[in-house]
Amino acid sequence: MSFSTVLSASVFGLKVEFVNVEADVSNGLPAFHMVGYLSSEVKEAAERVRTAIRNSGLDFPAKKTVINLAPATMKKRGAAFDLPIAVAILVSLGKLSEHQVNSTLIVGELSLDGKVRKVPGILPIVSEAKNAGVCSCIVPRANAPEGALVEGLEVIGVGSLEEAYGHLSKKISIAPEPYPEKEPEDEQEQWDYADVCGQAAVKRAAEVAVAGGHNLLLMGPPGSGKSMTSKRIPSIFPPMTLEESMELTKVYSILGILDDKSPLIRRRPFRSVHHTATKTALVGGGMVPVPGEISLAHQGVLFLDELPEFQKNVLEVLRQPLEDHQVRITRNQGNYLFPANFMLVAAMNPCPCGCYPDMNRCTCTPGQIQHYLGKLSQPFLDRMDICVEAPRVQYEALQKGHKEESSASIRERVCRAREIQNMRYKGTKILTNAMLGTRELEMYCTLGGQEEKLMRQAFARLGLTARTYHKILKVARTIADLDGEEHILERHLKEAVGYRSLDKKYWGR
Amino acid sequence: MRYKNVNQNINISKDEKEDRNKSLQLKEKAYDYWLAAAGISDRKKTLLRAYMKSAREVYYIEETHLHQFRFLNEKDCNTMIQAKKTWDLQGEYEKMQEQGIRFVTCFESEYPKKLMDIQDKPYALYVKGRLPDEEFLSVAVVGARRCSHYGEKYAYEFGEVLSEYGIQIVSGLAFGIDGISQRGALTGGGKTFAVLGNGVDICYPRDHAGLYQDILEQGGGILSELPPGVKPLPYHFPRRNRIISGLSDLVIVIEAREKSGSLITADMALEQGKDVYALPGPADSMLSQGCHQLIRQGAGILTSPEMLLEELGISGNILREKNREVKKVLESTEKLVYSSVVLSPRSAGEIMEATGLMPRKVLETLSSLEIKGYIKEVSKNYYVRI
Repeated sequence: MSFSTVLSASVFGLKVEFVNVEADVSNGLPAFHMVGYLSSEVKEAAERVRTAIRNSGLDFPAKKTVINLAPATMKKRGAAFDLPIAVAILVSLGKLSEHQVNSTLIVGELSLDGKVRKVPGILPIVSEAKNAGVCSCIVPRANAPEGALVEGLEVIGVGSLEEAYGHLSKKISIAPEPYPEKEPEDEQEQWDYADVCGQAAVKRAAEVAVAGGHNLLLMGPPGSGKSMTSKRIPSIFPPMTLEESMELTKVYSILGILDDKSPLIRRRPFRSVHHTATKTALVGGGMVPVPGEISLAHQGVLFLDELPEFQKNVLEVLRQPLEDHQVRITRNQGNYLFPANFMLVAAMNPCPCGCYPDMNRCTCTPGQIQHYLGKLSQPFLDRMDICVEAPRVQYEALQKGHKEESSASIRERVCRAREIQNMRYKGTKILTNAMLGTRELEMYCTLGGQEEKLMRQAFARLGLTARTYHKILKVARTIADLDGEEHILERHLKEAVGYRSLDKKYWGR
Repeated sequence: MRYKNVNQNINISKDEKEDRNKSLQLKEKAYDYWLAAAGISDRKKTLLRAYMKSAREVYYIEETHLHQFRFLNEKDCNTMIQAKKTWDLQGEYEKMQEQGIRFVTCFESEYPKKLMDIQDKPYALYVKGRLPDEEFLSVAVVGARRCSHYGEKYAYEFGEVLSEYGIQIVSGLAFGIDGISQRGALTGGGKTFAVLGNGVDICYPRDHAGLYQDILEQGGGILSELPPGVKPLPYHFPRRNRIISGLSDLVIVIEAREKSGSLITADMALEQGKDVYALPGPADSMLSQGCHQLIRQGAGILTSPEMLLEELGISGNILREKNREVKKVLESTEKLVYSSVVLSPRSAGEIMEATGLMPRKVLETLSSLEIKGYIKEVSKNYYVRI
């Protein structure tokens, strides 16, 4: 048997492409050729594979060896082809028979002594392999728990080439990796609202925001606990479904940052980004695109502290993912699609010194305040449905003995409101109230006579624009859902009016 | 002298003669403009002009003769010579006229009488629009640039009410109290006059371009002692304050910190023998310390424009019953929340603490008060009474 083929795979963004690793060993001048549109790290596999086979106590005869990675039109990257290449050579040399590698997908990087190192992207690869009808996957041992998250096929973790060879030739038997156990602390929330004193208004705003999938803007002086309250927002989200968990875990998998022991991410992420972040860090990118912070915050919260300090163009790139809940990065090799269904929570000071409108302490000139706020574009602010002030915590609030409401009980209300929305929007593309368009608003947010009168008054008195009016309606819908009311009532509208973000031209005047 | 020759030696028709007279007059103004814009002090300009009888004569003083004036030092003489060399008499004057700017020197009858008496009076005033009408009362309303909402409210109210009674408001077009009181005066339908610390062709601060236009459109005026094109430099502003107080019959200080430019205006007013009034503020407000200092020193105390009207004897009984009987139409929660909203901004959080209501209830009530027009949101979730 001189020709052989072994199945392997590689990730492009979140997309998995299967690669056939072909090997041919024949008589001729001793040489090792590799073809198939390879990047340099794949070409270097030649040296690793040859040395690893020899160091694993197996024979590597001086023959002409040709390796081809098919399809040849697709650029291959990464070191995950080492193990399949080695196995293909072993089959070509007759050490393994072809039926022993049939319907088996192999990935893994080799070190010179024959050990198998971990590689990124195992979860998407194994899950795609299952869909393609593959029966067994051989993956690096460190990645095995991650692969085992996919049920319906056997995932074999191997520590070295020798083990892989032993397992495939049935000389030794390695048990399929069991489904990873939950870690006990996964159950408990790390950050709970019960630990936050005061800040009742912010908590309420967060509850409304999460219930309706709205983005939240917190304004307040430095040290008012904006980050502290934001950090706890994931704790009031509805629990993640397995499907959501898997989707998120895949993103982390392709970056290779999963926990080895308990890979499945069961908690919603909270990603706090520093204001020096670049566009690429935020939305993802690079020559070979990798997911950015917004994808790492998928199903959770992206927190931007000191919002006006961010570069303006960095914030502008968030606009499209905020609408589409995913981000598409285009390179000449193709499109890369990453999920990005996150809730944006931003925090800012009302002025550079943070004391406005307390004119006794504020040292900013009107020009400075305008300049500070001018860093935010109106289209970006329009995507923040709820804006609320985070006041300085008073001493009394810290001292008060009474118990604060726990995240679990807030979450219950949120879940109920989400259920109502699920029922209402069944059969449409809408998931939450925040996604309502102008036409849907007419359908789902009709007002009674009394309410209409109130809004007409508010429109004239508060100088609302059509856009703020729509935002108020959406938020009022969510508040009504939290109340379990079918119709939007006056009190819901009034609360929503209090959450509107101020038009920029009125700030600091 | 050449111009006399022109006048005497040539026989001309009546029409032409009038024309010549007109152009001659124009010419005279052009010389005046040259002198007004020359870089020597106002006192020296006045002396020169008084001695030589006209600006034209000053212009034609021989360079060597300049030194004979003992009040002119070496530097002044050089300045005068330079001014003569670089100045295009006709061109510069026409340029100013094209911009719609006039000017009056203190030798003309149009020059405000009130300014004649003040010390260090400006040699000339450049005017866009009109000068204050001497027949009517003029009141200066001045105060801090970075003011609070409390000051804002009263500056506007004083401007509005006083101008409704035909009182002219004089101020400095600056950010804060100055601009707001003038905006109030425009709402009140009266005339208001802005004295600038730069050339009248420049609108400083630029954000007040709208106010600048509106003042002119409503028959008011933009004044300055500085020639067109002069940039707003910090040391111009304290000096222009003497003109603000000089043009007014009394000065009201709305809000001023302990060291404030408005206190300079008040000092000037006292020196010029005018009444100074101040609006008291909260005892702990930094922004009212200057006012309290004035009151301690004996300034009049004002808490409403009506109070001043009464003092001036202008039918003070027409009290405007603006948001006076508030309490009747509000429900009990609204009354409770309204009572904890004050003139200085308070946050929703503070109001929650004060009333002990649930956050959502507080927000609902605040919104409803806002929609009804009792309170105003000045910053995110910060509210003041209107």
